[in-house]
Amino acid sequence: MSFLELAGIQKSFGPVQVVKDFDMTIEKGEFVSFLGPSGCGKTTILRMIAGFETPTAGTVIINGRNQNELKPNQRNIGMVFQAYALFPNMTVHDNVAFGLKIAGMDKSAVDARVKEMLGLIHLDHLADRYPYQMSGGQQQRVALARALAPKPQVLLLDEPLSALDAKIRVSLREEIRMIQQQLGITTVFVTHDQEEALSISDRIVVMNGGRADQIGTPFDIYNKPATRFVASFVGTLNLIEAKVVDPATNRIVIGDQEITLREPLGSIAKAGDKVSLALRPEAGSIAEGAKGDTALTGAVVSSNFLGSVIRTRMKVGDAVISFDMFNAPGLMPPAVSEIATLRFTASDLLIIRE
Amino acid sequence: MSANRAIDLKKKAIDWLGITPFLLFAVMFLIAPTLYLVTGAFLNPAGEFTLENIGGLFTDKILASYWISIKISLASSIGGALIGFWLAWAVVLGGLPSWIRSSLLTFSGVASNFAGVPLAFAFLATLGRTGLVTMLLRDCFGINLYASGFNLLSFVGLTLTYMYFQIPLMVLIITPALDGLKKEWREAAEILGATNTQYWTKVAMPILFPSILGTTLLLFANAFGAIATAYSLTGSTFNIVPIQLYAQIRGDVLHNPNLGYALALGMIVITGISNLIYIWLRMRAERWQK
Amino acid sequence: MKTQKIGAWLAIFFGASYFIVPLIATFEFSLRMRRGEYSFDAYRSVFSDVQFRESFSYSIVMAILTIIFGVLLVVPTAYWVRLRLPQMRPVVEFITLMPLVIPAIVIVFGYLRIYNSSSYIPFTGSARGTDALLMFSFMTLSLPYMYRSVDTAMRTIDVGTLTEAAQSLGASWPTIMFKCIFPNVMSGVLSGAFITFAIVIGEFTMPSLLNRPAFGPYLQLIGANRAYEPPALAVIAFAITWGCMVLLQLVSRFSKSAPSKP
Repeated sequence: MSFLELAGIQKSFGPVQVVKDFDMTIEKGEFVSFLGPSGCGKTTILRMIAGFETPTAGTVIINGRNQNELKPNQRNIGMVFQAYALFPNMTVHDNVAFGLKIAGMDKSAVDARVKEMLGLIHLDHLADRYPYQMSGGQQQRVALARALAPKPQVLLLDEPLSALDAKIRVSLREEIRMIQQQLGITTVFVTHDQEEALSISDRIVVMNGGRADQIGTPFDIYNKPATRFVASFVGTLNLIEAKVVDPATNRIVIGDQEITLREPLGSIAKAGDKVSLALRPEAGSIAEGAKGDTALTGAVVSSNFLGSVIRTRMKVGDAVISFDMFNAPGLMPPAVSEIATLRFTASDLLIIRE
Repeated sequence: MSANRAIDLKKKAIDWLGITPFLLFAVMFLIAPTLYLVTGAFLNPAGEFTLENIGGLFTDKILASYWISIKISLASSIGGALIGFWLAWAVVLGGLPSWIRSSLLTFSGVASNFAGVPLAFAFLATLGRTGLVTMLLRDCFGINLYASGFNLLSFVGLTLTYMYFQIPLMVLIITPALDGLKKEWREAAEILGATNTQYWTKVAMPILFPSILGTTLLLFANAFGAIATAYSLTGSTFNIVPIQLYAQIRGDVLHNPNLGYALALGMIVITGISNLIYIWLRMRAERWQK
Repeated sequence: MKTQKIGAWLAIFFGASYFIVPLIATFEFSLRMRRGEYSFDAYRSVFSDVQFRESFSYSIVMAILTIIFGVLLVVPTAYWVRLRLPQMRPVVEFITLMPLVIPAIVIVFGYLRIYNSSSYIPFTGSARGTDALLMFSFMTLSLPYMYRSVDTAMRTIDVGTLTEAAQSLGASWPTIMFKCIFPNVMSGVLSGAFITFAIVIGEFTMPSLLNRPAFGPYLQLIGANRAYEPPALAVIAFAITWGCMVLLQLVSRFSKSAPSKP
């Protein structure tokens, strides 16, 4: 029995349907990210779980109980907002204590719980500060503690990191993941940042135009994107147009170079059909003795030094393929117009079927 | 080295020269006149230090005029603040069409500046003995306002009149504060289990309180210093402090110029304190609402 | 949700009645001059009154002078404080707020004592001198509004960069002031000007105590002696205030840097 179930959820604002027939089940203790561009419906789903929006159709079930009739203040859910939303008139201590006091907990129990929560986020020493006296990262950690203090059934995170600096973003997301695993709390996280989603989730839902394009582990989402949208939204990707030569042997041609795909082309493909292929930049190498059962040869168009990696682009037929090499002392980046051979494993070349 | 220093000094001199006209203006037309009165309040006609003038304020007649001034200012500022807050709440959070909001704000801009003599005329035409509302009540509802003890030239009448500029002023100042209540605060409170009432008592009201209290004090000072409306409504029969001071300036009715300075000092102290608390509270509120 | 909306409508209904009824009553009263029928006689009487025309034009001239001198005082000061003396900002801002703290009647009381005909600077010794003093007193009254609207407008432009750009192109100080700064803070200047106009036209205390024939004291005089002209004058005064505020709103809407009430 799943813990959080979204069954046949639809939501329209006036004539605009922002969530279209959404189904999903989430297990207890799971960390699920909703990933997608703005306007894809991910925040609306989160707000329906919280109870701030009512689904036009479908039900939200938590722990076997239909939530549709419950108001947000009856759902026992924790939520962290993008803009912190700490109460400015209260100290850190009072902010964290807010939900506990509302629940009618007595003072000594409240104090103990607040202390425990502030310990969890390592901000015990700031208990008497006001929100305006703290940095964004600190405020967001307090917001997390406030949401977790009343021991909610589900934790909802609405783009909690997007208002923060890049460095804080990384450290806080690691902290969030650690706390989530420590408490074993079921968590739904909404973000438009694919790196964030990949790094902390058990599963990712990639949303596109009100629907889930793909639901899967970060590994699957990244390595086996189900649609062109997922492939292009998650990570950098080379999209290569090729032509089928022989569907029976999986032979295709890129430019004038014929290669064999590992993934079967399928029965409907015929010779001469166009086919879209995807290749991650890190999947290939031009180094001497690089491994790989497949090779493509072309002229180097450009070579950019990005710090830890060197991104090189080469032209194969009409396609321009990017690939990354790790930087190493003594490594010579390829020169422009040099002819290079890119080797990779055929199974890394994915067929994009929309 | 010394040449650089000379240039530095010259630059500094120019910097200060830039605001000299302003400082001169401030000294001549704000600071000096005020200081003159303040020091005058502590001097006797012979120019010696004395507390007699301050003591002179504590006579029945002057105390009575301070008391009636404070009463009217308090009543009109609290009334104005409550009703103004209610109106601002209605347009910000009441879910009304947006044209109502913009009309109210435009109107408030006008009405808050529509004070003084014309305002008195307007209320005489409304609630005076032959005013429209007085007549309508008498002819249509059989209520005789003046027979039942109402008088426009009284505490109630003056309070009602002052509220005509107090309410709009409250609306103008408190609307931005209500706009500053973030939607997330309500949602955060709600998701933590708070009811609507708990949200208002524990979050929204404490956040708004400095703004509300501060603005009420501003309205208080605003009413306390006002003279034109009361003067043209009641002539010099109604002894609020500004009218008393007006009479003193015109004809030394207290027969002691220095007592007049003390009267002015009393006004400065009252409006000054309320304004300073207002500014302090406003800074607090802004700090929260960043 | 529903009760909330009812409460909101109730508030608006109550507020609208309180605000609109006196206006209707005033207008109605102003039409009652001719017995038994409505007429504009009161307005005719007002407009044909020489004193009305004289006091009204006197106040308009005063308002214009106040605006000109006020702008010449406030804009360079606000500019200079932003550019060169940021440490003086709190002081200058405090001074500009003082007229709100000290009642007008107290300020003018002080003027009468230190600028009387037997003092070192005998402003009140002559009619022209008193006019000048009255103008300065109007400048004082409007200082909080004028300074705030100009300063708000200045916040939206980067004064420092603008000045350096002009200097590097060889502009002199007057050129910078009148060709670069003024046009860019025009919205603030206009906002301040309209409020100043509304304040000066209706002001009673200062001209009355300085004994100058301005519109405010004239209104009071008429109010004490006539019956139907005062409401007509109130309607006219309301229309003027309304006009000023509408212009102000237009200006601030175009520039999006509305001055807020202090």
